[in-house]
Amino acid sequence: MLTIESLSKRYPNGHLALTGIDLTVRPGEILGVVGGSGCGKSTLLRIVSGLEAATTGRVTLNGTAVTAPREEIGFVFQEPRLMPWLSVRDNVAFGIRHLPRAEQAARTEEALRRVGLIDFAGAWPRQLSGGMAQRAALARALVGRPSVMLLDEPFSALDALTRYDLQDHLLHLWSFERPTMILVTHDIEEALVLCDRIVVMQPGPGRVQTIATPPLSRPRDRADPLFEDWKHRLLGELSRSFRERHSGDEAFPAAAI
Amino acid sequence: MTIISAGGGAQDIAERPVRRGRLTGAVPTAFVGLIVPAVLALGWEAAVALGWSQGRLMPPPSRILATLWDLAQSGDLLVHVLATLWRVGAGFLFGVLAGTALGALTGYLTAARRLLDPTFQALRSIPSIAWVPLFILWFGIFETSKVILIAVGVFFPVYLATSGAIMGVDRKLVEVGRIFRLSGPQLVWRVLLPATLPAYLIALRTGLGLGWMFVVAAEFMGASEGLGFLLVDGQMTGQPQIILAAIVAFAVLGKLTDGLLAAASRPLLRWQDGFRPEG
Ligand SMILES: Nc1ncnc2c1ncn2[C@@H]1O[C@H](COP(=O)(O)OP(=O)(O)OP(=O)(O)O)[C@@H](O)[C@H]1O
Ligand SMILES: [Mg+2]
Repeated sequence: MLTIESLSKRYPNGHLALTGIDLTVRPGEILGVVGGSGCGKSTLLRIVSGLEAATTGRVTLNGTAVTAPREEIGFVFQEPRLMPWLSVRDNVAFGIRHLPRAEQAARTEEALRRVGLIDFAGAWPRQLSGGMAQRAALARALVGRPSVMLLDEPFSALDALTRYDLQDHLLHLWSFERPTMILVTHDIEEALVLCDRIVVMQPGPGRVQTIATPPLSRPRDRADPLFEDWKHRLLGELSRSFRERHSGDEAFPAAAI
Repeated sequence: MTIISAGGGAQDIAERPVRRGRLTGAVPTAFVGLIVPAVLALGWEAAVALGWSQGRLMPPPSRILATLWDLAQSGDLLVHVLATLWRVGAGFLFGVLAGTALGALTGYLTAARRLLDPTFQALRSIPSIAWVPLFILWFGIFETSKVILIAVGVFFPVYLATSGAIMGVDRKLVEVGRIFRLSGPQLVWRVLLPATLPAYLIALRTGLGLGWMFVVAAEFMGASEGLGFLLVDGQMTGQPQIILAAIVAFAVLGKLTDGLLAAASRPLLRWQDGFRPEG
């Protein structure tokens, strides 16, 4: 169980990025986080990962506080961030160097197979396409078998077709060990395709506006009328959050929105 | 690990090093570079042979080569070359060690950078040759002062590049290291070192080039052997062919040592996604 309790974050420059975040994520749940740019999604994820310290409140995983990166918590960034001097295979094995060699090799091969990159094990990262590189990054995060996976807009730099492909791929990968996942995205469809619950965040300072639990069956069907319906509901929520942000803003009269 | 990819395909392509320009490309490329010097040399040779010039102050290539041959025959050339190589080698070694250690320190630790970097930057603006008189007073006229002068010349490019490369390491890759809980030394070994390697290897080559420059200055300040001594000797005895023979030897040695360094670094940098102009 991953819990986030009355979390807030004020950056050293005084900017309040997050306030009053309370969330509980069940084991194996896929939680989506959507919201406009700057509402603190990345900040939230970085605090949960232990990369960034919270100003107040705390994050606990199965009862122990997360204050630094942990083996059970994997992270996938918006960019693949592969080490350009390592082969794809060595990049995937980057985080499991403490394991016995045979174990490393077996796990790396398994991870490469799962993401469909086994034929590129010996390639340099520069020889991969954007989608392949991101799959390698997924393999690197999963090879240590984390119980929590944090993904910060992992597919947003990819074209739509590759994105659909990788969304399916992510579900496939999730199905093996069923880690808890928190997926930050600015793509409502992506959130609806992948997530059990969707947190809509509101900016200035970043906080939770609503948590939606779309009653959609899996596998999700983009053509389902209910899917469309939820897409519109969430879009409505998001535009409400922007309207609130600008209310009282002289240069931005309500009539204009 | 044995991973056999069915049907060969991608992995084979991926792992096969790009060998362009080794056999087919390299030879003609090298020839192209030789055209201008060859034409100039032959032209000068012909001008002297035809009596258009005496070639007394500017001896023709054949006389320079003959001088080199004589020097080699008598064993003098080897003595001079070894003396110079030793000085460059020792100065390069000390300069690289100091530049790497201090560059790494100031690049890695902000406190060290604040404390030390301004001093080094100030020292760097002094033309290194200006130290010569002081070094002679302090360390005498023999090997120590020569090696130190060369080391000073090598130090600055290595120091600057090492420090700059460490500060320039992609913060995003360092963050990946943090996510995987690398310790300080592991972070250095697995992220900082490989990330700074390209800039560092180029700095070594720059440093070596400066080492060759400074060895001449060092050998001007009183030496009884070395290629720099040969230059002075040729001037004193009015034999331009000796000066030119020494210059040719410098060119060959400089190119050779740089080529060795470049060849040694190439396998370390195969991963680089750089602009490859040839081909
Ligand atoms: N290191 C930092 N120092 C100061 N302010 C920061 C820092 N990082 C982020 N911020 C601020 O905190 C707020 C939230 O940033 P964050 O990156 O978490 O937003 P986000 O929701 O991920 O946005 P996006 O969708 O654009 O990625 C922004 O206003 C940003 O300017
Ligand atoms: Mg973000």
